[in-house]
Amino acid sequence: MIDWQLIADNRELLVEGMLYSLKLTGTAMLGGIVIGCLLALARLSSFKPLSLFAAFYVNLFRSVPLVLVIFWFYFLIPYFGFQIGPDKSVFITFTLFEAAYYSEIIRAGIQSISRGQVSAAYALGLTYPQTMRYILLPQAFRNMLPVLLTQTVVLFQDTSLVTIIGIKDFMGSNVVVASNNSAMTEMYTFAALAYFCVCFPVSLMLKRLHKRIAVIR
Amino acid sequence: MIDINNVSKWYGQFQVLTDCSTRINKGEVVVVCGPSGSGKSTLIKCVNGLEPFQSGTILVDGTSVGAPKTNLPKLRSRVGMVFQHFELFPHLSITENLCLAQMKVLGRNHEEAHNKGLQLLDRVGLKAHAEKFPGQLSGGQQQRVAIARALAMDPIAMLFDEPTSALDPEMINEVLDVMTQLAAEGMTMMCVTHEMGFARRVAHRVIFMDHGQIVEDAAKDEFFGSPRSERAQQFLSKILQH
Amino acid sequence: MTLNLNWGILLEESATGDGPYWTLLATGLQWTLATALTGWVIALLVGSIVGVLRTLPYRPLALLGDIYVEVFRNIPLLVQLFFWFFVWPEVVPQEIGRWMKQDMPYPEFITAALGLGWFTAARVAEQVKSGILSLPRGQKNAALALGFSLPQTYRLVILPQAFRVVIPPLTSEFMNIFKNSAAALAIGLTELTFQMKQMVEYSNEVIVSIAAVTTIYMTLAFAVNRGMAWLEKKARVPGMIGGGR
Repeated sequence: MIDWQLIADNRELLVEGMLYSLKLTGTAMLGGIVIGCLLALARLSSFKPLSLFAAFYVNLFRSVPLVLVIFWFYFLIPYFGFQIGPDKSVFITFTLFEAAYYSEIIRAGIQSISRGQVSAAYALGLTYPQTMRYILLPQAFRNMLPVLLTQTVVLFQDTSLVTIIGIKDFMGSNVVVASNNSAMTEMYTFAALAYFCVCFPVSLMLKRLHKRIAVIR
Repeated sequence: MIDINNVSKWYGQFQVLTDCSTRINKGEVVVVCGPSGSGKSTLIKCVNGLEPFQSGTILVDGTSVGAPKTNLPKLRSRVGMVFQHFELFPHLSITENLCLAQMKVLGRNHEEAHNKGLQLLDRVGLKAHAEKFPGQLSGGQQQRVAIARALAMDPIAMLFDEPTSALDPEMINEVLDVMTQLAAEGMTMMCVTHEMGFARRVAHRVIFMDHGQIVEDAAKDEFFGSPRSERAQQFLSKILQH
Repeated sequence: MTLNLNWGILLEESATGDGPYWTLLATGLQWTLATALTGWVIALLVGSIVGVLRTLPYRPLALLGDIYVEVFRNIPLLVQLFFWFFVWPEVVPQEIGRWMKQDMPYPEFITAALGLGWFTAARVAEQVKSGILSLPRGQKNAALALGFSLPQTYRLVILPQAFRVVIPPLTSEFMNIFKNSAAALAIGLTELTFQMKQMVEYSNEVIVSIAAVTTIYMTLAFAVNRGMAWLEKKARVPGMIGGGR
């Protein structure tokens, strides 16, 4: 069912596609975690306008399909006069979209740390930023690491959606090879297998990590 | 040293502290007791500004805790606090727990902080555990580390919020011994605790609280000899029975 | 630059020849709802069976359940949809394949609903399994001790409790299936996001089209959320885990 010769002939395109998918995943993960962290802190802040803004942002992005958000930016960025091309603009799309999901994970992580830890840090004279940096976030990140990484596996799978707007990510490259050689059966089976071979070992490792961290706690 | 004047506090409609006033002098050890929900923990948390209060004033060494321009972190760094659930930072080793605030708040260098930390750890009898993590110590040991952590900041006074009530009975004494020693050295201490034996041995004064009010504020002998209020008498008879 | 928003565009005749633009969106919404709801029924059925399989004391069956979940969770939805739409008719016996390609009614809809259902079933199975495992072990033993067979134990004792535990996590899966249905535009389903794309391309009213469709999705999410909260409240048992009063 898989035509290995065809794959070998097109390996450059396919490898490039995979690299694009990984780059998009990596960027959206790092950017998403940084922005997500700020959103989580904003949401937990006692300054109402800030927490309302964060809540609105998170709820907006979590209520709509990623495909829709991809189209938002696909249409809006040129509409407002920025000609950066879809293969660059999706980096912004994914970062902003994933930030909403990461922020919920981070918020839960922060809330899983007891109030007493914050009190103790304050009682020692640490300021709010110091308390966040040295006490809360390190503990919270340790607790939520497996969930953050699981979300990243989901993110990696979701990057395949950029195929819809004609980007040659890994799936997009498969589509190109499939239609150039009228080999849909072969190429789509290969794509499914390839995604599985990347995601399954990572999922398995994360499951182990989850158990280990649960034990430490 | 600590002046509490007419402090009142509400959670929404519910009043948790009513008109509390007392004064703790330098070198004095004051035990605060009372039934649960009487507001004693809330009061002690007001002293270093962990809980805000709506009316009254608290002065610590002349600095007003509730004033908006007070630098709370700075004030807190001068007042040590020990919590019911220890609140050591579980992701940091014992040494790191002792050094973090010394370095980040007081600006001490690593060596200075480290030496100070080890010296205090030795004092509470736990030098051998310096490189362990909090989760590897027993409750009593953790609480002794927490006391050492607070002392490392060279506090002018120490606040104890039920330091022994989360401990197994056999570990209570090791913590009380450290506290007793501290009192003997002349530390100013405010202790919320049910340990009446400790109060009898160590305290200068005992404050009894009920329903958010200071009902009784008397010298130790007077308090244990002849408590004036009926509620304090009832409380004492219940707690001293066993 | 100035924003020229022409909200009236929704009432104007569309260039696609399918009536005014709002009917375009209405058709899209219908397909989104139909696909998501059909998919959800499949997901609940398949997911419950797979979830139960994974908790059974027969190793091969449990393994089968595990394999199902791992396969469906580790391949992107889009790739799964492509697989069912383009590959599946080629690998099944020729007769069936030909029927699928030529005579099957609404091929995009049926493929999308099934694909989405199977994909979501893996997630439902995960929740059902952890719901069952979260129940005290004594429940199963008590039921068996009373003389119930294993199927009876599951049907009468374990599942009714497990389903109550998993309602909150299933809420988010139910919400996800509406959102995920948008991926089906890749195989040509004319659902809501597809129609938005149409409307933008034909009318050039970027902002209005986006705002209208986003509002519909947000309303949908809100409705699902309220509906599931109502269900959770109805199913609540006083004093049971997570039940409160």
